[in-house]
Amino acid sequence: MNSLEFTALIFAGSLLAGFLGALTGLGGGVVVVPLLMVVFHVDIHYAIGAALVSVIATSSGAAAAYVREGYSNVRVGMFLEMATTAGALAGAALVLYLHASVIAVIFGCVLIYSALVSFHQGSHAKDQGPDRMATWLGMDGTYPTGRGFASYHVRGIPLGLLLMAVAGVLSGLLGIGSGAVKVLAMDKAMKLPFKVSTTTSNFMIGVTAAAGAGIYLSRGYIDPGLAMPVMLGVLAGSLTGARALAGTRVRVLRLVFAVVIGALAIEMIYSGLTGRI
Amino acid sequence: MSSESLQTDRRMDEFMGLLLRSGVILAATIVLVGGVVYLASHPFPIDYRVFRSEPESLRTISGIFSEAITFEGRGLIQLGVLVLIATPIARVAFSVVAFFYQRDWKYVAFTLVVLSLLLYSLLGSS
Repeated sequence: MNSLEFTALIFAGSLLAGFLGALTGLGGGVVVVPLLMVVFHVDIHYAIGAALVSVIATSSGAAAAYVREGYSNVRVGMFLEMATTAGALAGAALVLYLHASVIAVIFGCVLIYSALVSFHQGSHAKDQGPDRMATWLGMDGTYPTGRGFASYHVRGIPLGLLLMAVAGVLSGLLGIGSGAVKVLAMDKAMKLPFKVSTTTSNFMIGVTAAAGAGIYLSRGYIDPGLAMPVMLGVLAGSLTGARALAGTRVRVLRLVFAVVIGALAIEMIYSGLTGRI
Repeated sequence: MSSESLQTDRRMDEFMGLLLRSGVILAATIVLVGGVVYLASHPFPIDYRVFRSEPESLRTISGIFSEAITFEGRGLIQLGVLVLIATPIARVAFSVVAFFYQRDWKYVAFTLVVLSLLLYSLLGSS
């Protein structure tokens, strides 16, 4: 196989991963890593390196739109980024000390968890009134609804910070955005409206990923020949996926894709446990 | 929060959106150009089944610049990756300034913590 054929195949795979990532709400990174490893037999270090680069691209591209629409809470995002970036530095450093098969097993578990979470979207947190810490931090905000702007209160900041640190470690360790854990922290622990949680999570993913990517680059996990088709493919795929999501009802499609993604996750766990990675 | 500070928040959001979008477009363009040069000069792909890290010139900022300046494909792609990594960092740096103008010292401190962690990752480890 020559370079052009190889690049075209990786690009096509990444395009599909980005499309599925956007459609299922899982994110392109978490889909492209198992694809590269299981289908193309790429070493896990190169796979997470290329994936993390694509995560920065899709997150920054999408965040640009969300921030303008006024959904994301910039203060909450900035505050929690202290935990996610610190976590990401730790996670990226940890890659050096963990065996590839251990990372693969953790990856598979996180992938299954994320796929399950993507089916419970839309659970609405009840507003429980003001919280002293959130008031001191000036975090309460408003967001656009069908009937104008609605205000909301933020709570549970210590637990939110802790979960965000976990999200950061996973991001740095696995080369993913870990949007599922970020949404869990904001939706369940901090009681933010769901739409605010998802968009703020997207806003934070780019910064978290950039923290891990600096270390990946200096460790040599980012290979240009692989990162190029993966980044461009995932970016193009997720832009298309986001548009498809806005236009159609995709419940059945999402179910089918979740099964495919679940199978990839199980393959990763199995390969990790039997030491084939 | 006063209406004036809400207004500043709004303008800050819009500029941030523009910054992120331009960064991603610039990075993707450099990666694309680098990709074309790379494919034209490297007929056969590397074996990615075994990890053997990257050469020094593709791992450090100074190395990447000296490769990219000679229009070497792999160096150009890495330069695009660097621009991409720098995009969220620029956003955080801009936030420090924006919170400073709002005299929101708490958030100036928080964003400075995030900025130093990011700069440590990019500059400190290479």
